[in-house]
Amino acid sequence: MTGFAGRRGGHRRRTTRRIALTPVVFPMAAIAAPLQDALQPAGPQAGHIHALWLLMLGVCALVFVAVVAALLVALRHAPRGDVATAADTQALTRDESTVRRSVGAAIAVSVALLLLLFGATVVTDRALAQLPLTDAVHIRLTGHQWWWEATYDDPEPANVFATANELHVPVGRPVVLSLEASDVIHSFWVPNLHGKKDLIPGRTATIAFRADAPGVYRGQCAEFCGYQHAKMALLVIAESPQQYDQWLARSRASALPPPDATAQRGQQVFLRSTCAMCHAVGGTPANGKHAPDLTHVASRQTLAAGALRNEPAALAAWIIDPQQIKPGANMPAHALAPADLLALVAYLGTLQ
Amino acid sequence: MSADGSAGTLAAHPGRDRPAYSARERYGGWVDEPGLLGALATIDHKRVGVRFITTAFGFFVLGGLLAGLMRLQLSRPDSTLIGPDLYNQLFTVHGTTMMFVFAVPIMQAMGVYFVPLMVGARDIAFPRMIAYAYWVYLFGGAMLFVALALNIGPDAGWFSYTPLAGPQYGVGKRSDFWAQLITFTEVSGLLVAVSVITTIFKLRAPGMTLNRMPLFVWALLITSFMIVFALPSVMMASTALILDRLVGTHFYNQAEGGDALLWQHLFWFFGHPEVYFIFLPGLGFVSTIVGTFSRRPVFGYVAVVLSMIATGFLSFGLWVHHMFATNVPELGKSFFTAASMVIAIPTATQIFCWIATLWTGRIVLKTPLLFVLGFFFILVLGGLTGIMLAAVPLDLQIHDTFFVVAHLHYVLIGGGVFPLFGAFYYWFPKVTGRMLNETLGRWNFWLFFIGFNVAFFPMHILGLQGMPRRVYTYAAESGWGTLNLISSLGAVLIVVSVLLFVINVVRSRRRGTAAGPDPWGASTLEWATSSPPPPGNFHPQLAVNGREPLWEPDGVSGRVDGLTNDPPEVLVTTLLDASPHHRRAVPAPTIWPLLAAIATTVMFVSSIFTPWAVVWGSIPIAIALIAWFWPTREEAAKHRKRELPA
Repeated sequence: MTGFAGRRGGHRRRTTRRIALTPVVFPMAAIAAPLQDALQPAGPQAGHIHALWLLMLGVCALVFVAVVAALLVALRHAPRGDVATAADTQALTRDESTVRRSVGAAIAVSVALLLLLFGATVVTDRALAQLPLTDAVHIRLTGHQWWWEATYDDPEPANVFATANELHVPVGRPVVLSLEASDVIHSFWVPNLHGKKDLIPGRTATIAFRADAPGVYRGQCAEFCGYQHAKMALLVIAESPQQYDQWLARSRASALPPPDATAQRGQQVFLRSTCAMCHAVGGTPANGKHAPDLTHVASRQTLAAGALRNEPAALAAWIIDPQQIKPGANMPAHALAPADLLALVAYLGTLQ
Repeated sequence: MSADGSAGTLAAHPGRDRPAYSARERYGGWVDEPGLLGALATIDHKRVGVRFITTAFGFFVLGGLLAGLMRLQLSRPDSTLIGPDLYNQLFTVHGTTMMFVFAVPIMQAMGVYFVPLMVGARDIAFPRMIAYAYWVYLFGGAMLFVALALNIGPDAGWFSYTPLAGPQYGVGKRSDFWAQLITFTEVSGLLVAVSVITTIFKLRAPGMTLNRMPLFVWALLITSFMIVFALPSVMMASTALILDRLVGTHFYNQAEGGDALLWQHLFWFFGHPEVYFIFLPGLGFVSTIVGTFSRRPVFGYVAVVLSMIATGFLSFGLWVHHMFATNVPELGKSFFTAASMVIAIPTATQIFCWIATLWTGRIVLKTPLLFVLGFFFILVLGGLTGIMLAAVPLDLQIHDTFFVVAHLHYVLIGGGVFPLFGAFYYWFPKVTGRMLNETLGRWNFWLFFIGFNVAFFPMHILGLQGMPRRVYTYAAESGWGTLNLISSLGAVLIVVSVLLFVINVVRSRRRGTAAGPDPWGASTLEWATSSPPPPGNFHPQLAVNGREPLWEPDGVSGRVDGLTNDPPEVLVTTLLDASPHHRRAVPAPTIWPLLAAIATTVMFVSSIFTPWAVVWGSIPIAIALIAWFWPTREEAAKHRKRELPA
C-alpha cells in the first residue's frame, strides 16, 4: 500500500523534489508516487484555479449550511400535524408578506453570491489568459490510443525531436503545448499544473502553463478514449533550467551505437523483427511512426504510458505479452526466443 | 351536459353505491376484455402507466446492478476482476440505462398514470399511442440488455462521442445498438410527451384553469415541451451517427469535411435539457408532497410555476458547459458560465418556497416527506457543485473526473430519485389501494440516504485528487484506494435499501393496510376517486373551482352529466379556462399498437445490420398502422348514432 504513504503530502513533496534533482532512474519502491492533485498547485495556472476553488468552496459551504439550517429550523419551528389535520386553505388568500419578504431576501442573497462567484470566475479566466509567454518552450503533443507523442519544436529543424509519455520542462519558463489527436478525442490534464484541454482530431488546441516548483507531476487522459483510457498517463518532469538544457541536449542526439555484443544482438533483433515497423530509434534504420519513439527510452521513468515502471523485467514482460498488461493496446505480442529477448531488453536499456 | 354545482359529489362515490353490478355494467366500454389478450390490448392509461413504471423500475434495478459491478471492480486498486472491454460496456450501459431507459421514461410514466387523474380526466389523450409508446420502449430497453448479455453491448459511453463511436474506432455493432436504442426511446418519449401535453391542455376538468393546475402537472407540462424541443436534436445526431456507420456518410469525419465536435454540440443541446427532464418532474413530486405533508398549499404557487418555466428555457442555453475543455471560443464560454449560474436562481427560489411552506405549515413526518427532506440535503449539495462546474477555470480541473460523477449523482439521485421514491410512497395507495409499510419505508429511506452519501461524497475528493472518470482501474500508487473502498461500501447500503423497497412493495400489495380513497388528506383530484381508480377514472366527471379542490370548501364545484361509458367518452375543455367544449369518444382497446411496436422493433433492430431494413421493414409497420386505424363496423355504427341529433 505505497499509495497511502504517498498521501502524506509534505513527505511526498520532498521526495519528488529529490527525484527531479537526480537524473538516474530510481527503483520505484524507493520513490513515492508522483503528484497528481488539483489541490497542490505547482504553477500559476493551477494556482489561480486553486484560489477560485477555495472561494467557491467557502461560499458554497456557507450556502449549504444556511439552507440545511433553515430547513432544520423550519422542521423544529412548525407544529406537527397528521393526515387528518384540516388543511390551512387560508394560506391561499392570507397576506403572507413576512414569508414573502424572507423568501425574497434569500433570493436576493443568492443572486448577490452568484454575481460574486461569476465575477471571480471572470477574473480567474483573465488571469489564466494572461500568463506571459515570452521565451516559451513549444511542444506539439499528439494523443494516440493509448499513449502521448511529444515533439519538441525548434527553429532549427535538426533540433526537433520526438519523445513519448514524458515531458521535461524547465522550472519558471512557460510551456505552450499544441494539442492534436491522431485517432479519437483525448484530453490533456496534469492537475498540479493546469486544467484540461481536449485533443480533438482535425482541430489544434493550445494550452499554456508554467511549473514553478521542480517535481514530477503525473497526468492522465481525461476524455474517455477506448479500452485503455485508464492506462494513458503522462509524466511532466519539471527541473532546473540547467538540468533541462542537459536533457534537451541528450534528447536531441541520436542513440549511441550498442556498446557490447549483447546489445548489438539486441539491436539486430530490434531491426529484424516487427519492432522497427512501428518504433523509431534515432541513428538506426528503425523509423516507424506508429508507436513511441525509443531513441532514449531507457531514460524514461515508465513504459506503456505509465502502465509499468521502466525496469528490465517489466520491459521483457511487456514485449512478450502486452495484452496481459494493457488489454486492447495496439502493440502485438512477440514470441521471441529467451536469448533474443534478453538481448533486446539489454539493447533497449542502453538507449539512455 | 350540466354542472349542477352541488358540493356533495364526493359522497356519490363509485364502488360504494352500486356494488351489485358487474364492472362491465358499471363502467361499460372502459373495461378491458379479460385474459391475456385483454391485457396485451389494453389502452387504459393506468394499466399502461403501471406497466411503464414497473418496467422502468426494473431497468433501474438492472442499471444499478451494473453500477454495483463497477463499484466491485473499483473497490481496490489494480483489480483484474473486470477487464476494460467489459467495464466499458458496463459503464456505457449503466449510463444509457439510467438516463434513457430509466429516469426519463419513469418520469413520463408517472405522468401517464397521474396526469389524467390529477387534471380530473377520464382518460389520457391518444391512449393507443401511449400503449404503442410503452411497447416500443420495452423492446428498445430489452434490446440493450440482450446486446449486453451477448457481449456486444455499446462501449463508447452513454454520450457516444465521435470518432470513438464512429465507423473507424467503434468497430462491430456495439455503437449501432446504442444509436438504435436512442431511436427507440426518442419515438417513445416524443409520443408520451405529445399525449401528456394534449391531456393537460384539452382534458382538464371543467373549472381547472391553467392557474389552478397542480404543480406536478405544471412540471410534466414543461418537461413534455422540453422533450418535444430537445429530442429532435439527439434524433438528428444519432441518425447521422448511424448513417456514418452504416452507409458511409461523413457527418463526424473531419477528414472529409465533417466535424467531431458537431456531435458534442448536438448531443449536449439535447443532453443538458435531459437532466431537467428528470429534475423537473422531481420538483413536481416535491411540490406535491411538501404541500400535502405541510397541510397547506405550497407557498408561492406563481413563483414556483414561473421558476419551472424559467428552468425549462434556461436549460437549453447551458449545453456548452459540457464542452469547456474543447477549443470553443473563450468569450462564448463566459456566456454559458453565466447561464449555468443563472439557472440556480429558479431552483433556489423553489427551495426557499418549500422551506417557507414547511415553516408555516403543520408537518406530517411520513416516509414521502422523509424522502423530500433527503432531497433537500442532497440536491442542494449537488446544485452547489454544479455552480462550481459552471465556472470555466474550475471546470477545467474537475471536468471528466470523479468530482463530476459525484455531482451528477447528487443532482440526479437527489433531484430525481429521492423525490421519485417519495412519490412511490405517496401514490402507492392510490395505485394499489394499500399503504406501503411505514417502518420498512423509514429503513428504506435512511439506508438509501446514508448509503448514497457514503458512496458518492468521497468521489468529490477523488476527482480533486486527479481520478478521471471512466477508468476501469487505477494504480495503488495513486492513493485512491481507501476512498474507493468506502464508496463501494456505500453502494452496498444502497443495494440493501432498494431491496427493502422491493420487499415492501411485494408485501404491501397483498397485505398492506387498506388505503381508502384519500389516505393522506390531500388536495388534488386523484384522491377524489377510489383507490385504485376504476376504469374510466371518474364516475361522474367532476368540475372544480379552486387550486386545491379537495381542501377548499367549494373546491369540487359539481359533476358533469351526459358523458357515456359506452362508447367511453371524455370531456374536452378549452385550453386556458377549461370550459367544457365537446365530448369525444375514446378508441376501443386493440392489439394493433403491440403489433405495430413489434413491426417497428423488427425494423429498428434489423437496420443495425442492413440499411435496406428501413425499406422492407416499413411495410409491416404500414400494414400494422392501417389495421390500427381501420374503423370497425361497430365503431362506425356508434359514431353514426352519436352524430344523430339528440
